[in-house]
Amino acid sequence: MLLVPAMIMFCCGVYGFITRRNMIAILISLELMLNAVDINFAVFNRYLWPQAMEGMFFTLFAIAIAAAETALAIAIIINLYRSANNIDVHDLNKLKH
Amino acid sequence: MDYSQFLVMKQELAVLVVFLLVFLYDTFMPRGAGKALPVFTTVLLLLATAAGFCSQCLGSSCAAEAFAGMYATSPVISAIKNILNIGAVIVLIQSISWAGSDSMRIRRGEFYELLLVTLFGMYLMISARHFLLFVIGLECASLPLAAMVAFDKNRYESHEAAVKYILTAVFSSAVFMMGLSFVYALGGSLYFSDLYLTVAAGGTSLMLVLAIAFVIAGMGFKLSLVPFHLWTADVYQGAPTSVTSYLSVISKGSAAFAFLVIMAQVFGTCYARVWEWMLYAIIIVTITVGNLFAMRQNNMKRFLAFSSISQAGYIMLGVIGFNTMSMAAMMYYILVYIFSNLAAFGVIGAIERATGKLDMSDYSGLSKTNPRLALCMMLAMFSLAGIPPFAGFFSKFFIFTGAINQGSVAIYVLVLIALINTIISLYYYLLVVKAMYINPDEPVVLPFKSTCSERLGLWITVAGILLLGIASCVYTWLLDTSFVSNFAAYFM
Repeated sequence: MLLVPAMIMFCCGVYGFITRRNMIAILISLELMLNAVDINFAVFNRYLWPQAMEGMFFTLFAIAIAAAETALAIAIIINLYRSANNIDVHDLNKLKH
Repeated sequence: MDYSQFLVMKQELAVLVVFLLVFLYDTFMPRGAGKALPVFTTVLLLLATAAGFCSQCLGSSCAAEAFAGMYATSPVISAIKNILNIGAVIVLIQSISWAGSDSMRIRRGEFYELLLVTLFGMYLMISARHFLLFVIGLECASLPLAAMVAFDKNRYESHEAAVKYILTAVFSSAVFMMGLSFVYALGGSLYFSDLYLTVAAGGTSLMLVLAIAFVIAGMGFKLSLVPFHLWTADVYQGAPTSVTSYLSVISKGSAAFAFLVIMAQVFGTCYARVWEWMLYAIIIVTITVGNLFAMRQNNMKRFLAFSSISQAGYIMLGVIGFNTMSMAAMMYYILVYIFSNLAAFGVIGAIERATGKLDMSDYSGLSKTNPRLALCMMLAMFSLAGIPPFAGFFSKFFIFTGAINQGSVAIYVLVLIALINTIISLYYYLLVVKAMYINPDEPVVLPFKSTCSERLGLWITVAGILLLGIASCVYTWLLDTSFVSNFAAYFM
């Protein structure tokens, strides 16, 4: 039962990743997916394997990794915005020809 | 805590030392000395590689564990790290003239630091025997790469490629970690050895199938296997050429080996039950789609991107073969692939630096203006396609025999399909050769002199293409290492 919120979050993230056009919105969707993973680990640790804390530790590390990923993605998006004045993914099509 | 266990991670420490020295050099040397940084880094990494080989030859790289089994090394593991090291050195040699240019003056150091960090991450990924360490290695290997893809700050394409890379990389690692959470739910531990026992004892639950599918999807993104390959062409095209060559050989080679380790050491016992068929379908689609799309490309970097997708399919034959011989064949394939692909990228990089031309149509008549470069390119194409006297033929031969060793009828069919695809791939590899040697058009690229480092890089790669196949001792060495290693115990 406790997995339902995490799964809903994950699916929303995937849906958002595919449908959103603004890159910041895509990044938010990715963040949803990563946080769903964190919840999953915490839930599994608490309810299935409460004798050790491995899942919790994984969650801690995953949070840090997600922060690094977001920081880097934001930096790259800002760079792109500077050179293209636009962060709509539908306009990211200069590389195909 | 016993600090001596750090000494088990010799190769990681070597890369770390190189990283620190480069960092200190970059920070504290006077501004004028920056020009020498590319050579400095290359020589240091070369020394680290030589040290790795020496310790392997002297037999000191025996199987060992550290950090309560989170980290493991064995002769096979250090052999694959040495192979990746060679590739990284060649990439560094080839990037000397790019990194030495004036536009790179203030960010030369960062390029090398990021590159060494990714190499460190890849080593962790290969050696990890606990999923936490594995994920850290994976991120350490893929995040700095995104920054490297965005390295040409003045070029729009570089940013577009970087955005595509970072978004798909984060997406894939989220999917991968979701798979890990299911694995954790099954086994209650993240140690490979514990999970191996859980998977061996349990039946085929939905959770297990889901977990394996997620893990394959996550790793498939890194390896650019087909349903997950859509980022590859754009990223390869937009990234600076040195970064593209690094992405296509080192990053892919390490991910392939890490994938093999996970599949063997965690999910090894449900090979026939669950994931053989998943991988089977993926390999067929990967090789075929990669080939079909490669035919239509005009941009050379895009062309090599699709070629590398189909090569990844061949590398996966080493995983699906699932025996010690196919593992050795896979390592040999990665080694040969490093040399062949880097030869092609060396030529592309040299021509791009001198003239800015990247299209296949620009290569027509290259044999008249720059015969040596054209020859290098031709050898690279022949080796990638697998034409007999060159190394590419032997690597394909060994990986097919390794896969067939597995013995089922399905594998014979798979190898047959791969063989047919080899013939298809001849068509587009030879298109390049035809453009360079046969097309009657006026040459587009005028004669130019390549720099010393570019020539050195091409000499090394061409020597590899010519000698690796003939010098059978290389394959024998890899095969022996694979059989000696306790790694083999995990198969079947």
